[in-house]
Amino acid sequence: MWQIFHKLGSPKWFYGIASRLMPWLLWVGVALFIAGVIWGLAFAPPERLQGNSYRIIYIHVPAAFLAQSVYVMMAVAAVVTLVWRMKLADVFVKSVAPIGALLTFLALFTGAVWGKPTWGTWWVWDARLTSMLILMLLYAGAIALGRAIQDEKSSARAVAVLVLVGVVNIPIIQYSVEWWNTLHQPSTFKLTEKPKMASEMWVPLLMAILGLYMLFGWLACLRMQTEVLVREGRTRWVKELIQQGGTR
Amino acid sequence: MAFDSLEAFITMGGHGPYVWSCYFVFFALSLVLIQWSRVHRRFVLRTLARGYAEPDTAGTSRASADFARVDTSDH
Repeated sequence: MWQIFHKLGSPKWFYGIASRLMPWLLWVGVALFIAGVIWGLAFAPPERLQGNSYRIIYIHVPAAFLAQSVYVMMAVAAVVTLVWRMKLADVFVKSVAPIGALLTFLALFTGAVWGKPTWGTWWVWDARLTSMLILMLLYAGAIALGRAIQDEKSSARAVAVLVLVGVVNIPIIQYSVEWWNTLHQPSTFKLTEKPKMASEMWVPLLMAILGLYMLFGWLACLRMQTEVLVREGRTRWVKELIQQGGTR
Repeated sequence: MAFDSLEAFITMGGHGPYVWSCYFVFFALSLVLIQWSRVHRRFVLRTLARGYAEPDTAGTSRASADFARVDTSDH
C-alpha cells in the first residue's frame, strides 16, 4: 500500500503511466461523449412538458456533475498536499483548477440558456444557482492564489487551505434542491434509486457523463505532465526523456 | 430519429436557438482550453530542449541573474 503511495508521488512514474493511459482516455472518452450527445440530440424522445429544450441536459448535467466532482478531487489532493507534502498532489490541484472553472462556467451558462424557455428567466438568485456561482468563484480564487505566490511550497499550502475551506460548498450545492424551495429541479440521477426518466433519455446522459469524465482525465494528465516538465526541468530523467524525443 | 426532417431537427420546435447556442459555446470553449493546454505543452518542451542544447547560454544567464541578486542585496 505504502509502496504504491510513494510510487504515485514520483513525478517520473506518473509521467510514464499517464503517457500510456492518455490515448485510451481520449479516444474512449470522445466516442462515449459524442455517441451520448448525438443520441440525446437526435434520437431521444422529446420531453412531455419542456419539448426539445431539455436536450441541453446532455451537456448541462455532465458539466455540472464534473464541476463538483473535480472540486472534491481537488480537496482530496489538498489534504494529501498538507499532510504528506506530496508535490504531485499540488501539481494536480493547479492543473485541474482551470478545467473545473470552465466546467462550472459551462454548467451555469447552459443552465441560464435552458432556464429562459423553461422558467422564463435567465437567472434567479436561488440556492442551487448561487452556490454554483460560488463554486466558480472558488475555482477562480484557487487559480489566482496559486499564480500570485511565487514560492512553490507556500503557494501549494495556501491553495490547499483555500480549496479545503471551500469544500463546504459542495454539500450545499448537492442538497440545495432539497433543503430549499428552489426553481431548479431535483437531481436526475441518484445512487440509491432508479432514474425517473425513460431509459432512452437517461442512457445517453450516462454515456455523456462517463465520456466527459474520461476526457477530463485525459486533459488533466496532459496538463499535469506539462507542469511536471516545468518543475522537473533540471532533473536528469526529463533531460533524457526530451533528448530521446519520448514526449509526443 | 425523434424528428421528421432536418429542418425540424434544426428548429427543435422553436427551441433551436437555445439548444444550439449551448452546444456551440460548450464545444468552442472546451476546444479553446484543450488547444491552449497543448500549445503551452509544446512551448515548455521547446524551451527545455533549447536549454539542453545550449548548456553555455543557460549557464551564463543563471550566473548573471545570481550576480544581479547579490549586487542589489549587498547595497
